[in-house]
Amino acid sequence: MDTFTIADKTFTSRLIVGTGKYSSPAVMVQAHQASGAEMITVAVRRVNISDRSKESLLDYIDTSKYFLLPNTAGCYSADEAIRTARLGREAGLSNWVKLEVIGDERTLFPDNTELLEATRVLVREGFVVLPYTSDDPVICRKLEDAGAAAVMPLGAPIGSGLGIQNANNMRIIREFSRVPLIVDAGVGTASDAALAMELGADAVLMNTAIAGAQDPVAMADAMKLAVRAGRLAYTAGRIPRRMYANASSPVEGLVGQ
Amino acid sequence: MAFALTITLNGDQFELGQPLTVSALLAQLEIDARRVAVEHNLVVLKRDAFDRVIVQEGDAVEIVNFVGGGGSGYVHYRG
Repeated sequence: MDTFTIADKTFTSRLIVGTGKYSSPAVMVQAHQASGAEMITVAVRRVNISDRSKESLLDYIDTSKYFLLPNTAGCYSADEAIRTARLGREAGLSNWVKLEVIGDERTLFPDNTELLEATRVLVREGFVVLPYTSDDPVICRKLEDAGAAAVMPLGAPIGSGLGIQNANNMRIIREFSRVPLIVDAGVGTASDAALAMELGADAVLMNTAIAGAQDPVAMADAMKLAVRAGRLAYTAGRIPRRMYANASSPVEGLVGQ
Repeated sequence: MAFALTITLNGDQFELGQPLTVSALLAQLEIDARRVAVEHNLVVLKRDAFDRVIVQEGDAVEIVNFVGGGGSGYVHYRG
């Protein structure tokens, strides 16, 4: 069985999915099911005090089936992210966090200096830190040295659907990393997820590519298959690229020779 | 009716009749304590402290829960 392990937890699915932007909770539940994911990321937000009518997200997630990964999405400083991670730990009773510190509103690119600081603090507090970061091998190494349990470089800006923009950097990060490599953000369609896995990622995390598809449930299924296919291709070992043809049929015994 | 004290609750002014525990505050707000996390004056509370910690005049309280999300958003804490 092909598995991968982060900290002390072993997963069979290499697809991690989000919970945002779905047209309805029912569609989200079906998409989660179709994705085969075992880990689901959730955001931490203030309870609406004046309107208590809204249902809780947790009414729709079977926590006996899915492992919840609280995230610090929307935080713009190490302090905010640390506060949010601590709150997420109490709300979810697990010490895992998808750590995001955003540096720019238009691109949602990470603020890597704040991220590194927050990683250090949270690792000291016993968190299993999964930082969302740039596709930069040097910052990934620094995060790993700071105690991150995995590195999660972006393939492209969050929600952009552009796919892996710098495949060579991903290869280098793969070579450098001793912790799991999870491509987080930027996937648009199944081939993007397959490519991430072919480059050697241990897993792919996505939200918008599934939730924003015209048929999210079908796309979740497609992503499940793509991640599996990409992983198999990576472990199978692809043929080298060559400039010219190399016949795949015997060159002897041709009729008329 | 005269309010006895004012706190900052999730960034907004909120009036209470009297000092009360976090558990009592959640009950008054009809919030299921099992589904939320609470920060009291910048300290994140363990769940077993909800019955013990008293909310008083001028305190800042944040009550959060899980919502849908994958990547980033624009929510900032204030106050």
